[in-house]
Amino acid sequence: MTSAQILWFLLIGVLFSGFFFLEGFDFGIGMAVRFFGRNTAERDTIIQTIGPHWDGNEVWLITAGGAMFASFPMWYASLFSGYYLVLFLILVALIFRGVSFEFRANMKTETWRNFWEWAATIGSFCAAFLFGMMFTSMIEGVPMDAEGNIFGSFTTYVNWFSLVGGVAVTLMCLIHGLNFLQLKTLGTLRDRAQAWNKLLYPVLIVGEVLFVVLLYISTDFFAKKPVSTWSILIVLVLLTLIAWWGVLKAHNWTAFIASGLSLISIVVLIFNGLFPRVMIATNSAHSILIKDASSSPYTLHIMTIVAFSILPIVLVYFIWSYWVFYKRLKSPKAA
Amino acid sequence: MLNAGLTVLGLSRFQFAMTTVFHFFFVPFSIGLAFVVAVMETMYVAKKDETYKKMAQFWGKMFLYSFAVGVVTGIIQEFQFGMNWSEYSRFMGDIFGAPLAIEALAAFFLESTFIGLWMFTWERFKPGIHALFIWLVAIGSSLSAVWILAANSFMQNPVGFAINKSTGRVVMTSFSAVVKNPQLWLELPHVLMGAGITASFVVAGCSAWRLLKKDHVSFYRKSLNIALVIGLIASLGSVASGDFQTRYLIKEQPMKFAAMEGLYKDSTNKGEWAIYSSFNTKQHKTTSSLDVPYVLNILSYHKFSGTVKGQNTVNKELHATYDKKFGKNMNYYVPTKTLFWSFRLMAVAGGLFALVAIVGLFFNRKKSQTIMKQRWFLYIMGLMIWLPFLVNTAGWFITEFGRYPWVVYGLLTIADAVSPTSTVGSLLFTNIVYFLLFAGLGLVMIVLSHRALKAGPDAVQMNGYSSEDTEGKVEDPYGTEAFNHD
Repeated sequence: MTSAQILWFLLIGVLFSGFFFLEGFDFGIGMAVRFFGRNTAERDTIIQTIGPHWDGNEVWLITAGGAMFASFPMWYASLFSGYYLVLFLILVALIFRGVSFEFRANMKTETWRNFWEWAATIGSFCAAFLFGMMFTSMIEGVPMDAEGNIFGSFTTYVNWFSLVGGVAVTLMCLIHGLNFLQLKTLGTLRDRAQAWNKLLYPVLIVGEVLFVVLLYISTDFFAKKPVSTWSILIVLVLLTLIAWWGVLKAHNWTAFIASGLSLISIVVLIFNGLFPRVMIATNSAHSILIKDASSSPYTLHIMTIVAFSILPIVLVYFIWSYWVFYKRLKSPKAA
Repeated sequence: MLNAGLTVLGLSRFQFAMTTVFHFFFVPFSIGLAFVVAVMETMYVAKKDETYKKMAQFWGKMFLYSFAVGVVTGIIQEFQFGMNWSEYSRFMGDIFGAPLAIEALAAFFLESTFIGLWMFTWERFKPGIHALFIWLVAIGSSLSAVWILAANSFMQNPVGFAINKSTGRVVMTSFSAVVKNPQLWLELPHVLMGAGITASFVVAGCSAWRLLKKDHVSFYRKSLNIALVIGLIASLGSVASGDFQTRYLIKEQPMKFAAMEGLYKDSTNKGEWAIYSSFNTKQHKTTSSLDVPYVLNILSYHKFSGTVKGQNTVNKELHATYDKKFGKNMNYYVPTKTLFWSFRLMAVAGGLFALVAIVGLFFNRKKSQTIMKQRWFLYIMGLMIWLPFLVNTAGWFITEFGRYPWVVYGLLTIADAVSPTSTVGSLLFTNIVYFLLFAGLGLVMIVLSHRALKAGPDAVQMNGYSSEDTEGKVEDPYGTEAFNHD
């Protein structure tokens, strides 16, 4: 394993972290459209909170996918072909929610506006759930041949652990979205989002405990890396408690950052557990290792130069665009 | 043609063709329209005429629809390489992933961040700064074309690589060679000019329909003017860049060129160019054709003499070159009818675009009412809205079908590139769902654009996602008046 390979393994982790932090609240906001917003005016405001941002947030996924292809083609090829139907459903969900914001605003009848609002809501639920399910089942180990082809059955993808993982990620995204809503609005929407999260956090804690138990049973993380795995899990729980405290005390920033970081800690947990592998096979001889999965040293070198010269510039204007819209939106007056 | 029958290979190819064609309805339209809108907003900054601002907002609305669909279908494209073509991804990963990742980093972030800023900050930044945002979007979308075509160009003309002896896979040896690929710098101008044509003729066509109804005459005549100026430049540029590309093909991909010209036998020194041909593709014969002398040589070599190799000759040459590695049973003939007619559609349309632009600009000159009287001409422009989309598709048909039987020219066949894990059942299912989804999205796009056009420029509000505002006034949701600070 070279240092460039480790660097790119970390970078892929960073890109997925960015994706879950940012798209996490996008998904949560999307879910909130129908379940949380009570009328058209409220839903307008809810969607407006991510209006200028959701597109850029989704680019983190595209970049993570592209970077995985560029730096670990064997990983990209095995994962994407092996999770064919799961990814297909994710794509369908992302399509529906992606176009829904723009289309909804231009619908003339109530029925069609409802249709696109549901598209946003269900699309966001499904996308978050399926991502959670995919990554959870991935770390359980999958039936893979020596060439890295995954020939899974239904239970490879859908089982108790992956279902709990899917639900946990969905819940985390919803909570993260509501924390974002508290940060970006004033008035009734903010108050209600706070009230919801006060109730949702205890549920999440239960979910996290369940997740940890199943993680212990279904993966080799505790056996192979007990110290780091436990440390990350403790951080996850601490972050959850801090976020909960932030919700209770109406410290919107604290709650939002902590719920975002707790999503990132899941990514860290996965990448820490994977290392030095990128894919875990049920037959451990077939697991794909970082050292075998990567591109040539030359390609990694080029990509490193590119990433480190472009990414800082991207981060500057990306963060600036959030600063431009730092203000809170007023909740619509009750009808 | 596409492998008929429900095989993994056939269905994977169909899926790629379908998603690419659908995605590429929106890509050139968005790239071109970003520039058109940027020009309009720049005119507003320069002339301080509110009409141009309204124009940028009005046509910008259509850009937003197209951009949204382009984004979501683009993710399918990126994922598809891994999902359906995992052997390709393994074989090509060392080279192909890099431009994709750079595209996301250098282009998509720029585009998507600044489109968000552009949409929501009309009243918050000075007009000059605000116009800069749309220019950054336009630059971002063109940059994405650079990188995606860099990836495609390697598939057409592999350069800057070596084959790893132990894995048999491609390894990058020179990034600069990959970026300097001559194929890329011939393909790129043609694609960008095509994008300019697409956007400008859609804007021109929509304006023509409204002018037929005598609706907002000054607004649409000004729009028409901007569109046709850009359209003229783009169509001339497209013909010129197409010419460069064709002449390059004669040397680098003679099979593709021979099929575009419908040649099975070598051409004679007279350089007959077929306006029409019919083919017996099984026996590799041209059964009848209507020829014009010398045109082929003018197109190919810019002179009256010379000969071009036919497919039969090229087939023999390719067998001689590749039989050792790929075996004797390879079929190197490409889908002749598709390439022949696609090329004719492109050539005719290219000329037509330039002609219509010139005539349109003449009719639409200032202080003349000619354009309003020449209703036949407005109808022609109105109907031409659809043409650029067909022509763009034809262009990619030539590029991609013409590479048959390879996915990477001379290195990897299409048949060897599919995912070993794919099944007919799942591919059939995804194909059907994608098809229905695309049909639905396409329909919504048409309905929304048509509706925006009918509502007219006065109904435009640039506050993005708000629902129908009955008062129809422009409100900035992030402006100071939208907040209470207690």
